[in-house]
Amino acid sequence: MSDSSQSMGAKPFRYVGTHRRTREDPRFVTGRGRYAADVHLPGMKHVALVASPYPSARIVSIDARAALALPGVVAVVAGAELAQYTDFLYVGVDAPGVKRYPLAVDVVRYAGEWVAAVVADSRALAEDAAELVDVTYDPLPFVIDPEVAVTTEAPRVHATYPSNILYQRKFVWGAVDEAFEAAPHQLECRVRWGRSSTVPIETFAVLAQWSPGTEVLDIWASIQMPKFPDQTARALRLPGNAVRVHFDVDVGGSYGVKRGIKHTVLVGYLARKLGMPVRLIEDRLENMRGGDMQGPDRIFDVALAFDERGVVRAMRIRALDDVGAYAGRSPLQLGKPVGAICGPYRIPCVEYEPCSVMTNKTPQEAVRGFGQAPTNYAIETAMDRMARQLGIDRIEIRRRNLIGRDEFPYLIPSGTYYDSGDYEAVLDKALAHAGHEELVRRRDQARADGRLAGIGVATCLEPSGGNSSFEVLFNPKNETTTWMEASLVRVDLSGSITAVMNTSTSGQGHETLVSTVVGEVLEREPALIRVVHADSLNALPSNSPVGSRMAIMLGGAAAGAARRIRANLMAIAAHNLGCPVEELEYVGGDVRVAADGSRCLTWDQLVEIAHRKFHRMPAGLEPGLQASFVWEVPTGGGLPTADGRIQMYPCHSFETHVVYLEIDRDTGKPTIQRYVCGHDCGVMISPDIVHGMTFGGIAHGIGAALYEKFAFSEDGQLLAGTFMDYLIPSAHEVPSMSITDHCTPSPLTTFGQKGSGEAGYLGGPAAIASAINDALAPLSTSIDELPMTHEALWVRARRAPSATGHPEPR
Amino acid sequence: MSDRMNEVSVERARERLHEVRLQVNGAWRSGQCAARTSLVDFLRETLRLTGTHVGCEHGICGACSVMLDGRPVRSCLMFAVQADGHSITTVEGLAAADGTMSVLQDSFCQTHGLQCGYCTPGMLIAAQALLERNRCPTEFEIRDAIGGNLCRCTGYQQIVDAIRLAAARLNAAATGAGSGVSAPAA
Repeated sequence: MSDSSQSMGAKPFRYVGTHRRTREDPRFVTGRGRYAADVHLPGMKHVALVASPYPSARIVSIDARAALALPGVVAVVAGAELAQYTDFLYVGVDAPGVKRYPLAVDVVRYAGEWVAAVVADSRALAEDAAELVDVTYDPLPFVIDPEVAVTTEAPRVHATYPSNILYQRKFVWGAVDEAFEAAPHQLECRVRWGRSSTVPIETFAVLAQWSPGTEVLDIWASIQMPKFPDQTARALRLPGNAVRVHFDVDVGGSYGVKRGIKHTVLVGYLARKLGMPVRLIEDRLENMRGGDMQGPDRIFDVALAFDERGVVRAMRIRALDDVGAYAGRSPLQLGKPVGAICGPYRIPCVEYEPCSVMTNKTPQEAVRGFGQAPTNYAIETAMDRMARQLGIDRIEIRRRNLIGRDEFPYLIPSGTYYDSGDYEAVLDKALAHAGHEELVRRRDQARADGRLAGIGVATCLEPSGGNSSFEVLFNPKNETTTWMEASLVRVDLSGSITAVMNTSTSGQGHETLVSTVVGEVLEREPALIRVVHADSLNALPSNSPVGSRMAIMLGGAAAGAARRIRANLMAIAAHNLGCPVEELEYVGGDVRVAADGSRCLTWDQLVEIAHRKFHRMPAGLEPGLQASFVWEVPTGGGLPTADGRIQMYPCHSFETHVVYLEIDRDTGKPTIQRYVCGHDCGVMISPDIVHGMTFGGIAHGIGAALYEKFAFSEDGQLLAGTFMDYLIPSAHEVPSMSITDHCTPSPLTTFGQKGSGEAGYLGGPAAIASAINDALAPLSTSIDELPMTHEALWVRARRAPSATGHPEPR
Repeated sequence: MSDRMNEVSVERARERLHEVRLQVNGAWRSGQCAARTSLVDFLRETLRLTGTHVGCEHGICGACSVMLDGRPVRSCLMFAVQADGHSITTVEGLAAADGTMSVLQDSFCQTHGLQCGYCTPGMLIAAQALLERNRCPTEFEIRDAIGGNLCRCTGYQQIVDAIRLAAARLNAAATGAGSGVSAPAA
């Protein structure tokens, strides 16, 4: 349940913020979604992959004769061919020499890396044939431990690159050393965020067809990726206008990772080479092992300098991130946290040293929050440690550091202005909603009864509005300073409204978003507004739904286009009513003279004039009724200063998590008994969608905190390639949750909205970790590594309580 | 690669096709498939009923759930030939013949009990099976019924809300129609 009370400004909204049914849901509940795997082309061929069993090896030979002899096998392709006819895939940082192709070229760099692709009449046949491809390997030294990988003696993952470190820089924002020297108290701690990911239930699927007549490569893919058509075309050495990505396929979840660029380049190449439609749908093992979609895997060393009251004077964070065997965009996941590096706290100076290192593991891809959730976990753990060190309550210590409601816009040391917020109000709401005092009594009683019980609290930010400033910050050769989004709105002759968006949707309800904001501006019923996804050759510029940006950016673009339509309607009315625009009023699509309501042109009449009666159109106005709007990210456009300060994202949502859990001493099983999230993402356009994503984000956070890990053996083998060993929380592990809303509108956006697509996940793991360590505190032990598995808990739960703790029950 | 293995694979490539006849959503449908074809592949690829989804192919995620003779099964863990002669209900068969959504489907829309929609067919099948045997499920019973279906979007909250709402509506309708099905106590 949720307590939704949006305290809007003076102007009430008609549709924004109201409970309305989602446009997309009916097709999904009736089995009429259309996902990439549902697209069926006649003569379609299927791909299966040959994967490396070694974490590092030279490919000596590939013998595909037996595979090709199988009836129904069309082709077997290996990396050498792709290296000849395609260009290497995009690298997010300046790391020449770290080249990745869809299939391994000469050497394999992780167990599971794709070595050859088999194309056959059916997937089953392709799998049969893949088993017959005989690859001879010459194993090479490898490195699995990121702390070894950074050393000069470590085997290099890429012999063509001078070390395993893709990116490293020490940013110093303010007089950090001086603050540490002067502070009466300090602490240092090391925490580790485990290698997990978003793992959507739909694996990545892509289908490509080359049309020789038009020389266009058509692509249907379960994609959520900025610049995907462009990167595909470049890698395939095609002009951008020869690749048509169909964004009207439904995507079965992504939360960041659906970026199958290597899959798409492979399938695009095969489709063109063979002259037949070719499809690749990952099976679950391919997805988890060779799908290149694992998430951040970080070791944080955090140091705080603070006074006796627990007011933080300075912070140092060193983050070592194991990105696996190739680069892609993964190093940039250390960059986004620069925009919220001090969390919601008034920390005057910060040192941040991100280090992105390669190992012989499956590569990393963008995951919900783009590196912010691990960073939040590290900061929150340090805040808890400080509270414990000083003997001050964890909530009180946060209150002493939270940025005040009257301090916005607030400039943090790394150069980002936080737009707005009322952190303490949200904290208070969450505590009240959770019944915090009662939870404390309950915990203390449980402890007195000999049980392990803990309360967790986290106060975290969700930067939103998806900019790409980390690109220019981490790669001086990349001058990307715009991350625009666009929309086109048109009113047809019948008076119906169609809005066009320019990317695919993976569950965020963008059709609902766009129809709601267009309906709001034009005062027309959103349920009657159609929203279509343009293909990439019809599309206006888009940067896809990353970085919690679509409510802000697509919402703003659609509203901007609708406003232009509205202005055109007003101009047509003014011309025909012989009355200046200032004296007219727009009411539900009709326009009338404010002082004389009988002088009015209805929506239908205005549309008719625009489409048919050019003689009644004002001079200079285009006939028809359509408008587009391309919106740059508010606050965007800047380059970093020499010391690495830059405005990262424009908007900053805030969340407080309050968790109560108990740990079974006999099994180590934690049970979350109360979960409350106080959430402020400004004005919610569709509260049901916001709440749904927040609940889902919390569940995802529960997974990251307690269950999910892509574990690797010391010899470099993935140990969690199925859902029997990579544990996604079910309805049993995820408790009933409660959200309490607060609304601090953003001054930067159309309706005051902020982003929410990463909500829940950004603070959930920190809060759960806080609760676990609170529960373990009487045993004078703690866990500093996610996931906090049952086994790790069990080992600690067996410890005897400390002298200051509570009596052992048995 | 051994010659024997190659022979086995060539044999498989020329494998015999079997005629499979199923009652799907009330209508008899038939098609040909290899013995090793899973039920979900047969439904999706042969009968082109793409409402049922493939998530893991090892029986954990539940996205491929269908009803076999009224009981939920994983269609990825079953061969199509095993379902020969049986009755199957897929998500496409939950709405009325005229396309009107069932109370359960409508309740999922009412509470927004889904996001990307990929796990939804399996969730609906699991919930339908629950409500057919238990019209007044507790929250635990609801969570238990969908405990074998993974969802990555929702955190299950609005799914649980949807199933609870559907139960209440079905009970209210039953009471209103005087059909003798007892209404929930609260």
